[in-house]
Amino acid sequence: MSKSTDQPEMNRREFLGKTIVAATAATVAPGVLLSVAKAGPEQKGVTSDVRWGLLIDTNKCADGCTSCVDACHTENGIDLQEKPEGHSDAMWEQQRVQWIRKVKLQDKLTGEQTNLPLMCQHCEHPPCVDVCPTGASFKRADGIVMVDRHICIGCRYCMMACPYKARSFIHEEVANQLVRAPRGKGCVESCTLCVHRIDDGGTTTACQDACSSEGHNAIVFGDLKDPNSDISKALKEQSSRQIRADLELNTGVRYTNV
Amino acid sequence: MRSSTGIKQLAGLLVGGLLLALSTAVLSESAVTKGSKAADLGACVAPTEEMRRNHMDYLQHDRDLTVHEGIRGVKYSLAECVDCHAGKDEQQKPIPINAPGQFCAGCHEYMAVSLACFQCHRKTPEDKTTSLGDALDDKARAGHSLGLLLDAGQQPMLSPAEFAQLHALIQED
Repeated sequence: MSKSTDQPEMNRREFLGKTIVAATAATVAPGVLLSVAKAGPEQKGVTSDVRWGLLIDTNKCADGCTSCVDACHTENGIDLQEKPEGHSDAMWEQQRVQWIRKVKLQDKLTGEQTNLPLMCQHCEHPPCVDVCPTGASFKRADGIVMVDRHICIGCRYCMMACPYKARSFIHEEVANQLVRAPRGKGCVESCTLCVHRIDDGGTTTACQDACSSEGHNAIVFGDLKDPNSDISKALKEQSSRQIRADLELNTGVRYTNV
Repeated sequence: MRSSTGIKQLAGLLVGGLLLALSTAVLSESAVTKGSKAADLGACVAPTEEMRRNHMDYLQHDRDLTVHEGIRGVKYSLAECVDCHAGKDEQQKPIPINAPGQFCAGCHEYMAVSLACFQCHRKTPEDKTTSLGDALDDKARAGHSLGLLLDAGQQPMLSPAEFAQLHALIQED
């Protein structure tokens, strides 16, 4: 009796795999080795050994303070965007780029007010990545959710899918950009956790720096996978929440005292 | 009859000589924008012929490295192209590199190849004083210069043979 199985024929696969690996090693190796040999410490690229995140203490977030938003705008060239000709103020306010929004919550029963900055939550299971038809919306190995605007076609599915309203669309041509923050008509963008800083070995985000220099210290940035990082220690000590935890997205941005 | 062929030959010789003189004049004139940083430098990040032929592949390749892998110290950087090749107007203000006749646009217009980079990317050299925090800037200056521009007289990091190999690799993808 012959044994039937739905398992793939592993021997054949292994053989093919090995052949392909050997063939590519032979042809590719000189070039690959070349680039690896040239790579300095800052050229290793992203790794999943870290996961970047933010912890925001809403008790420390002051009413009326917008220093994190302003710092974000300067850091990422958002303030270089100008109101397109012929647009009304109302339209401009609705359509201009915003990576961080200040949100005020009020408890209907007690009237208690809470302030918090809301930005891309850098989900482990990001809905924006799920819906993207081109693969432009992606999650880096270190947990940062980004848009590759070389691939983005501007369909805005991700903006619809995001439960946090974190993404912005560029409706009109942009005249001025920063080198670290390219921006152009027809693409979606959102908070990158100041990825240019991280890639250059930085350990803070612009919003965190601004919040600290205002003396509020409401924002802590760090590696969620490192048990000795400030953010991990703080998360261990106090109770924190994910916004819309019911969606089970495992956000990288957490809030305390919400 | 005879004299007319003689005149024709002479005229042909003259025209040929003129063409030769013109073409050598064109060849000897650099395509680099006058007044740009690149005009004072001996070499680009790779030999000129190499850059003319392959710059698009180098940039295309690096964009994925940068955006997805976070590797920003790559050898070929668009920002560095702009830094060196953007021209300046009479007031010493930088002219966008994709403006008509400028370094990028001049050639791309002639070849009818659309130049989409600068719909999103910065078109003029960035004023370094407005960039990141001081600590980061110092770090960037020491050691890991983003574009890795070669000094005149400095050997290119890769030999032409290695470049060819790298280029073949990119085309395979």
